[in-house]
Amino acid sequence: MRNASKPEPLLQVRGLTAGFGAGPVLFGIDLDVGHAELVALVGANGAGKSTLLGAMSGLIRATAGTITLGGEDVTHARPEALVRKGIAHVPQGRRLFGTMSVEKNLLLGAYLRHDREVRDDLKRVLGHFPALADKLSRDAGTLSGGEQQMVALGRGLMARPKLLMVDELSLGLAPKVVDHLIEVVQQINREGTALILVEQDVLVALDAASRAYVLENGRVVLSGAAAEVKEDPGVRRAYLGL
Amino acid sequence: MSAAAAQLELRSVTKRFGGVAAVDGVSFEVGAGDIIGIIGPNGAGKTTLLNCISGVYRLDGGDIRWEGHSIAGMPPFRIARLGIGRTFQIVRPFGSMTVRENAAIGALFGREDARRGPKEAFEAADGVLELVGLAAKAALPVSALTIPDRKRLEVARAVATRPHLLLLDEVMAGLNNVEIDEALEMVRAVHATGVTVLLIEHVMRVIIGVCRRAVVLEGGRVLAQGEPEVVLRDERVIQAYLGERYAKRLKA
Repeated sequence: MRNASKPEPLLQVRGLTAGFGAGPVLFGIDLDVGHAELVALVGANGAGKSTLLGAMSGLIRATAGTITLGGEDVTHARPEALVRKGIAHVPQGRRLFGTMSVEKNLLLGAYLRHDREVRDDLKRVLGHFPALADKLSRDAGTLSGGEQQMVALGRGLMARPKLLMVDELSLGLAPKVVDHLIEVVQQINREGTALILVEQDVLVALDAASRAYVLENGRVVLSGAAAEVKEDPGVRRAYLGL
Repeated sequence: MSAAAAQLELRSVTKRFGGVAAVDGVSFEVGAGDIIGIIGPNGAGKTTLLNCISGVYRLDGGDIRWEGHSIAGMPPFRIARLGIGRTFQIVRPFGSMTVRENAAIGALFGREDARRGPKEAFEAADGVLELVGLAAKAALPVSALTIPDRKRLEVARAVATRPHLLLLDEVMAGLNNVEIDEALEMVRAVHATGVTVLLIEHVMRVIIGVCRRAVVLEGGRVLAQGEPEVVLRDERVIQAYLGERYAKRLKA
């Protein structure tokens, strides 16, 4: 679906300004995510990456600009409406319900759904994360960090998203676990789900993604093919420390 | 102190939760002025080990000796007063206070001979904030700090207790490479004041960047230890922890 005539992207953000009480954190953000595309969003701490995810999942109000999903204006849609329309958010630090079972945490991702296919989706999620299969009845808080991240990703998938936004997949995880989770995320992407990866481990994100955006002080300062962004001298100096 | 005597000595340290031994007979020594990294898979027992050393958990077996004396079974505040400071993985600063006030709290407690009254505590806080690179932000509320600065403040609070040994639990998590390099400068500066450092990290840039020795835990046991350059090329460590892709990147 990616050709020169530019098909309608899945998600289109135009001129987005948003923030908290003290004033905007994001200034005129333009960002596109194509159908089943894997996009990396990188930048220093405080650049506005998580705020942007918050705005795209309806948690933070846009004060200017538009967000469209599949051609529909969703700029002021509420978080639960955005989940229904196909945007799922895996927040930084996983944010699981630690004293609830793994199974309940996963099923919460399908909280808004009442169809009979929820159980099939649970099976599909366990297909991606077989390590969780024999831990469904355990309290989520007793799992290792890597397993908790699997539950958080799985919970996001249970909403059957068109776009899954993952904030800091690698946070606090062993290198081998990060590699494994990135492989699963790429598999999920190949099966047709678009993804936004926000990462401090910039190399991991740029190696996995097809396109990337670099955020600085609430503005997009660079965007393009992930491979080209990786070779950009400013990016290498400012984020990769090379 | 002679270089031969260990400042901290772990002897077959064991901690069980239910039937699971989270830390299972771990032994190693830390010399005064050393800087040692603890690495290993999630769930290997790294944070549990730190909790054993700082007295958060009581041991189920073995002994921990500090400057030649057993500290096993001591409550955390007494261990802090002996000069073992620590940070926490999830930082919990006092949100309604300024950066300076947060750092001063560390100086009010901590090592027995380093505790002081409020006025001296604020002076000590200023010194520590200078050391960790937060001096310019001393008057700000904690809520105004970015993540890297919150990590700095967490280190500042621990350093303000004037520890002889500082235990750092993943203070570089969530930082990008350039922010990590800045944080490494902070760790080097603290270490240069004569503080022994024992740190947990998943970021190999940190282990290679500052550690003289790395201890690899897996399943609660010591899998390998030695110089970082050697340990990170150990086939068992690659299998259990680093993964093939990382190992390739390391060689490249």
